[in-house]
Amino acid sequence: MTPDGASGGGQRRRVDRAGLVIAAALAALAAVLVWDASKLPSTTMYGMGPEAMPVVIAVGLVMLAIGNLIDALRGNLPPRESADPRPVWLIIAGLALLIAIIGFGGGFILATSALFVTTSAAFGRRAILADTAIALVMTTLIYLAFDKLLTLSLPAGPLERLL
Amino acid sequence: MDTFAALAHGMAVAVQPMNLLYALIGVFLGTAVGVLPGIGPALTVALLLPVTYKLDPGGSLIMFAGIYYGGMYGGSTTAILINTPGESASMATALEGNKMAKAGRGGPALATSAIGSFVAGTIATIGLAFLAPWLVDVAVRFGPEDYFALMCVAFVTVSATFGDSPVRGLTSLFIGLTLGLVGIDKLTGQARLAFGIPELLDGVEVTTLAVGLFAVGEALYVASRRHHTEEKLEPVRGSLWMTREDWRRSWKPWLRGTLFGFPIGALPAGGAEIPTFLSYSTERRLTKHPEEFGKGAIEGVAGPEAANNASAAGTLVPLLTLGLPTSATAAMMLAGFQQYGLNPGPLLFAERPDLVWGLIASLFIANGMLLVLNLPLVGLWVRLLAIPQPWLYAGILVFATMGTIAAKPSVVELSMLAAFGVMGFAMRRFDFPIAPVVIGLILGPIAESQLRRALAISLGDPLVLLQSPMSATLLAIALIALLAPFVLKGLGRFRANED
Repeated sequence: MTPDGASGGGQRRRVDRAGLVIAAALAALAAVLVWDASKLPSTTMYGMGPEAMPVVIAVGLVMLAIGNLIDALRGNLPPRESADPRPVWLIIAGLALLIAIIGFGGGFILATSALFVTTSAAFGRRAILADTAIALVMTTLIYLAFDKLLTLSLPAGPLERLL
Repeated sequence: MDTFAALAHGMAVAVQPMNLLYALIGVFLGTAVGVLPGIGPALTVALLLPVTYKLDPGGSLIMFAGIYYGGMYGGSTTAILINTPGESASMATALEGNKMAKAGRGGPALATSAIGSFVAGTIATIGLAFLAPWLVDVAVRFGPEDYFALMCVAFVTVSATFGDSPVRGLTSLFIGLTLGLVGIDKLTGQARLAFGIPELLDGVEVTTLAVGLFAVGEALYVASRRHHTEEKLEPVRGSLWMTREDWRRSWKPWLRGTLFGFPIGALPAGGAEIPTFLSYSTERRLTKHPEEFGKGAIEGVAGPEAANNASAAGTLVPLLTLGLPTSATAAMMLAGFQQYGLNPGPLLFAERPDLVWGLIASLFIANGMLLVLNLPLVGLWVRLLAIPQPWLYAGILVFATMGTIAAKPSVVELSMLAAFGVMGFAMRRFDFPIAPVVIGLILGPIAESQLRRALAISLGDPLVLLQSPMSATLLAIALIALLAPFVLKGLGRFRANED
């Protein structure tokens, strides 16, 4: 997923490495489908069992992998602009942080605040403390609105239990 | 049932005070979310699904109707004021509308798009009300093989025929179909592609996929190319109202746009791009002011906007009568039905006429509310547009993850959301269309079960697909639509070589 913008852009008719990766990923997905389907016992008397459709889709994926491979070898992919990988990784880190906080019982407010601050930083904000304050207030309000008004339960952590 | 009686009955449901309130909330939320840049109607519906979890099906569907139309209105406001169409169907609107806003005619541009959407939405909803019962009569005679064939047509048209690359469109579709396989097979109870993870047994949630692809993917994509573009918000200057001249130049494009939008939306042909661009090029050809096109011609806003809304109402025809979503937004609406265990189709018309006709009647009401709400509130929407980008996308991501956290607060589900976000980013970067993935996920399992039912009835004879004339015709159409782009491309290359 690292954007190799260097190979995109102006030079056409060159092998597109990202395209090769996509083709390989599709072929791998097809292999997983067939492997998974092969473990299903066929019990259906008439017609199709549960293992038939995965195989059909796998065949389609293999054909599309070939199609994508041809496009990549011909350099037929649409031109790409350069991309800055840093903000992308920052947001992904924010998502990972959110998942970890939810997973360890840190609660909704802390988890979404972490995501808010990292995303805002990814978009160029440098006022981390101010953003943290905004995030905490906003997510607390959301938590209260959902918990009290809509009676939807959001995961509670140490902060939520104080409310 | 007589359409008028049914519609009157639906109106009686829709005008109950509680339902009016739901419609109003839906319209308001839909516009507020839809107006945010980068959020199209499909994502608006996906983000707001959790809000409706606790409502009864009737109220929730009515709120949905409001969210749907509100999201469309919001999207065109964004297209006009900051030239960032949330979806490709608003591209034609952005073309002329943003030029008008730059020239200080943002008010009339917003007005013609709001009134045009109202006119088109109303006419198209009338069309829906009259076409639906007739189509239901046809659809009750459909066998499983006919349904399967119909879905094949939808698969091909949404992915292959209209994108710039059939290979990439089909790739998206097949990724969606693969995701649709995950979980317990409904006919035999066996787990597929679950890899021993209990959360995967229920399958992939449509909302998780849509929010991941659209919201998280969009945020990642915009962040990665922040150094390229600076969005510029055009202030709304001058009068909001249209002059007599504006009216004179708008009403015909509204009607022509409706005529393009509704039939094409009602066919399982996928998307509002075709009618909006047809309308744009028609208005360009017919206008008495050709010199204004490209600089902000009001016809170029009025026509495509009407076409966009008419086709949105049109996509409800196959959705409600056949259970066949032909756009990402319609797929999200279907997910909304499914959260109550309701399956749109001929049966729903027979069993829950109050729901279906209440929904159709609410579309009229939502449309009227939007017309009344939107122009006076345009200042509020503009203020929403002015939220600084870092907070805007941070807020979008908080809302996006909140939906998943509220529905299923598990590490697996959230990881899937993040993974779909990365996938959405990669698909945007490498120019793969996103709607076919969502359609594949939601329609794939239905198509599979129809096919297996057909084969079970025929004792495994695959010829059953060709014995029903309906199914044979539809499969032929699907095959032609699948092969046409490749053949045409080949012809094009052949001609190019000859020159």
